[in-house]
Amino acid sequence: MTATPAPTGTPPRAAATPLPRTSGFWQSEYLVFAVMTGLLVIAPLIAYPVFLMKCMCLALFACAFNLLIGYVGLLSFGHAMFLGSAAYASAHAAKVWGLWPELAILFGVAVATVLGLVVGWLAIRRQGIYFAMITLGLAQMIYFLCLQATFTHGEDGIQAVPRGTLFGFIDLGDTMVMYGFVLGVFLLGFLIIYRVIHSPFGAVLTAIRENEVRATSLGYNTDHYKLIAFVLSAALAGLAGATKALVFQLASLTDVHWTTSGEVILMTLIGGLGRFSGPVVGAFVVVGIETYFARIGGGVIVAQGVVFVLCVLLFREGIIGKLSAALKRPL
Amino acid sequence: MSGLFSQMVLGLINGAFYALLSLGLAIIFGLLGVINFAHGALYMLGAFVSWGLLHYAGIGYWPALVISPLVVGLFGIVLERTLLQRLYRIDPLYNLLLTFGVALILQGLFLNRFGSSGQPYAIPEILRGAKNLGFMVLPIYRAWAMVVSLVVCLGTWFVTERTKLGSYLRAATENPALVQAFGVNVPRMVTVTYGLSVALAAFAGVLAAPIYQVSPTMGSDIIVVVFAVVVIGGMGSIMGSIVTGFALGLVEGLTKVVYPPASNTVVFAMMALVLLVRPAGLFGKAP
Repeated sequence: MTATPAPTGTPPRAAATPLPRTSGFWQSEYLVFAVMTGLLVIAPLIAYPVFLMKCMCLALFACAFNLLIGYVGLLSFGHAMFLGSAAYASAHAAKVWGLWPELAILFGVAVATVLGLVVGWLAIRRQGIYFAMITLGLAQMIYFLCLQATFTHGEDGIQAVPRGTLFGFIDLGDTMVMYGFVLGVFLLGFLIIYRVIHSPFGAVLTAIRENEVRATSLGYNTDHYKLIAFVLSAALAGLAGATKALVFQLASLTDVHWTTSGEVILMTLIGGLGRFSGPVVGAFVVVGIETYFARIGGGVIVAQGVVFVLCVLLFREGIIGKLSAALKRPL
Repeated sequence: MSGLFSQMVLGLINGAFYALLSLGLAIIFGLLGVINFAHGALYMLGAFVSWGLLHYAGIGYWPALVISPLVVGLFGIVLERTLLQRLYRIDPLYNLLLTFGVALILQGLFLNRFGSSGQPYAIPEILRGAKNLGFMVLPIYRAWAMVVSLVVCLGTWFVTERTKLGSYLRAATENPALVQAFGVNVPRMVTVTYGLSVALAAFAGVLAAPIYQVSPTMGSDIIVVVFAVVVIGGMGSIMGSIVTGFALGLVEGLTKVVYPPASNTVVFAMMALVLLVRPAGLFGKAP
């Protein structure tokens, strides 16, 4: 170790651990992205587009969540508050203020970002299990505020939100146009997260996950990094929530409820914690399970609980983790 | 004015439930390093077992007060032996997720069977009615619930802090390997302690049954608040859990009088405040 510690805030390039971007990078990670994009482009020809849009919104939500649990080791048990508050904010902006959809979404993201800043600032004061309980508590507070506020319309939610025209000339009322827009938002969010994970900043986050004391001793202000990661995750969860509100033309209490926070954990767990493409697979699986069980009536919560228990006991690497081990490639 | 006192009593009863639950959580956490997310669901299970005993077998409140914690305690022991025990050696967050899954299964099963509306549970004959204390009318059942849970809380405190069994427990919290080396069967102690802590939650559930309706969501409603209580109090001491539980119940009750809309959120606001002022919690040791 060198005598002079690295200055906090600006990590030296050397601090970034060499990431798997050798020959395997071209063969696997770009390939994964290309295959995923290709599948999502042709998917609406076979599957119901609204189902796919829901999956993509929740996949982005799960990717944002995975940024925290998978790369910083912070388990947020209240991520629904970012999804839900952004959904309410953008729905209100689009319906009551008549904002253009892109501005409404930006407003939703802004609200989630500010909320993330406040919540993160409070929650990173404690670690591990306490962090989970604090985020859960604060999310419950947001839930009650949404339940009681007048602009959220309580149990009804904000209904009939206009999708509007993107940039003033692209009509999002058409399902396939909306699909293209959601696909664009999803890919953008996914690439942002991918970029963050594979940056020197991302390497510091991983270092904090692996050994926080060591990261501190190397001169990194770990709270600073954790807060930035938390706010980023909240903002991207907000992007997912705001887009979801436009897709379904609805913002409701379900979006802020703790069950949604549990769902996003489940998606990430099924797909694989700390695997950049894991949450996407997980989101499709979970939404698929839910749609199936909703059709045969009841039991969605029981099914989720059973999958939770099985995953934790037998399947902690997740689908992508298993696949990645089988193919001997980072996925 | 009598509204103030009756809300205070109701607040203290809620506080008693918070205390009983956070007590169990603190003991489990101390010994196992696990946060038991299923605690709320087991509280709900306790209430439902007593309801079921009355509804299907005609067994009343008094036997249920013993049988229900026993049944749920045994269920907890099975849970610990079959599931929780497998995960002690890895990150405790996995056990949080495991118990969350168990909570979802329990809540989901009861939701499917009974729907989200509550089942009424009658107050036993001799605890019906109310006593006029001059400054307020005190329903006898509420007084009973408050007193009996306080006694149980203090009893738990006494057992853990003042008896030989309790000293084993505290020693195992500090250093399980050393205690095991002295010939104490630590894994068995862990199982029994988990069972007893869960039984406390079920006991709170039985006490709650006549006051609130017995509903599948009563567990998830209370557990989130109890987590906030645990963050506020810190899980360092048993007495700390008891005091914090009752105090927050009281604060919640008073908020219902002063500004009702905030009564749902006041505990979480307190949690945020404590995090700002004393991040380790009121009774917690600095990390």
